[in-house]
Amino acid sequence: MALSIALAALQVLMVLVGAPLVIGAMRQVRARLEGRRGGGLGQPWRDLRKLFRKQQITPEGTTVVFRAAPFILLGSTLLIAAIIPVVSLGSPLDSSGDFVAVVGLLFLGTVALALAALDTGTAFGGMGSSRQMTVVALVEPTILLVLFTLSLRVHSANLAAIAGGTLENPAQAFSLGRVLAFASLVIVIIAETGRLPVDNPATHLELTMIHEAMTLEYAGPRLGLVEWASGMRLTVLLVLLANLFFPWGVAPASPGAVQILIAVAAIAAKVAILAMALSVGETFLAKLRLFRVPELLAGSFLLGILAVTASSFLPAAGR
Amino acid sequence: MSIETYTGIITFAAGSFLLAAVLIVWRRGLRATISLLAWQGVALGAIPIANGIHQGAWMPIAVGIVVIALRGVLLPLLLARAARGEAHGAREATPLVNTTAALLVTAALTMIAYAATRPLIEHSPSPGTRAAPAAFAALLIAVFVMVSRRRAMSQAIGFLMLDNGIAATAFLITAGVPLIVELGASLDILFAMIVLGVLTDRMRLSFGDTDLNQLRELRD
Repeated sequence: MALSIALAALQVLMVLVGAPLVIGAMRQVRARLEGRRGGGLGQPWRDLRKLFRKQQITPEGTTVVFRAAPFILLGSTLLIAAIIPVVSLGSPLDSSGDFVAVVGLLFLGTVALALAALDTGTAFGGMGSSRQMTVVALVEPTILLVLFTLSLRVHSANLAAIAGGTLENPAQAFSLGRVLAFASLVIVIIAETGRLPVDNPATHLELTMIHEAMTLEYAGPRLGLVEWASGMRLTVLLVLLANLFFPWGVAPASPGAVQILIAVAAIAAKVAILAMALSVGETFLAKLRLFRVPELLAGSFLLGILAVTASSFLPAAGR
Repeated sequence: MSIETYTGIITFAAGSFLLAAVLIVWRRGLRATISLLAWQGVALGAIPIANGIHQGAWMPIAVGIVVIALRGVLLPLLLARAARGEAHGAREATPLVNTTAALLVTAALTMIAYAATRPLIEHSPSPGTRAAPAAFAALLIAVFVMVSRRRAMSQAIGFLMLDNGIAATAFLITAGVPLIVELGASLDILFAMIVLGVLTDRMRLSFGDTDLNQLRELRD
């Protein structure tokens, strides 16, 4: 028990420290591909340090909703990091948190941020949260469908059981349902974390921004918290993508020291590869018109439905 | 070939067959649609070839090769040739149903196909019949594509998808389609496509467009 708690703490710490590095790596890859030098891997960390040294400013007329939102965003993300299998399959919270709980926590943060944007009473805040809710309403059922596809095979809703099932039966890792589910989940992660082509994280263009519109009134340490938590959400989702579909390297429920080291290296490598692939893909994409975004999300929803039907009706390979 | 490999190949072929149908609904570009149709033809041909290798018979393999040559290569080439003349017709500009709604309809059609073919699977559960719902879903999607597009070319593509769907259902459910039957059906399709191609050309020459909604009456 003590070991599993220590491992959960290690997972949270890894996400805390690693998230700005993931963002830094993605920006660096993009900068290099565009022929710029880039700020380097540690630039997001330096930005965060700068933001945390600044003065705390609260906009006039805002309430506790505005002040609490960054902490809710951060707290829900850290809780997810403790539940999901990042390093080992034996999280102490695994029995109480299945994938429905994880998705719920994920969207708790989104809703908190949208409410905070409404709380500021500015035009941009309202616009941003209305757009974000449009996207989220389409994203949430798709994430649930995809995770449902994965859980059908192992007859369990626990994320550790899903990852463990693939480890035990590697022949099932490349069935049609899983390929469709993977494609669907990638689109959904892009939409949920506000990357291209759904939202451009590098600009503050008022006609198109979604996430930036919601965080426009934040400054100083709170902005730092929101940015940090957004990076962590992306990291956590990439970890989920990596460990649910390619769980090799994850340590079992009660691992030895070597297994833990291998697991830490494996997850760092997997997330780095996924983040860089995402970044390379982004370089070649232009932002979609806002009205075409539901089209993309409906497509990913359809892929999710096909994944569920494929894995529940089509015969499993090897059965 | 072991039963696992056979099941895997059949599942993958049926799955990519259905995926091609879904992507045809998603993409509006004529050229992209035609290459997706070629992909669908190849996936269709893979089914009898896998059947043939599994049963150790040469006839299904020959059928599969004919199918790939015709539906994977020849018909898409004919279509691409006909599409080259479409001036601004590279896109289905104003479809009757918007893409989001069309994708949701596609999802509903897939579910209906799986529900409707359930008795069939229970009747004789084999790898082929279990993959049959995918072919049936592609068939329904093809009918939807035919009724929801305006241009003659897009409707012709829907028609070809419909025939692909029928052929795939036949390959998956029956033990094997005789070569002569498949040849007859394929020849029919080929002639239908040539006639359609000529018709599209004539339409474009007379009206400058192939939007079928602009055709109000029949003329001699």
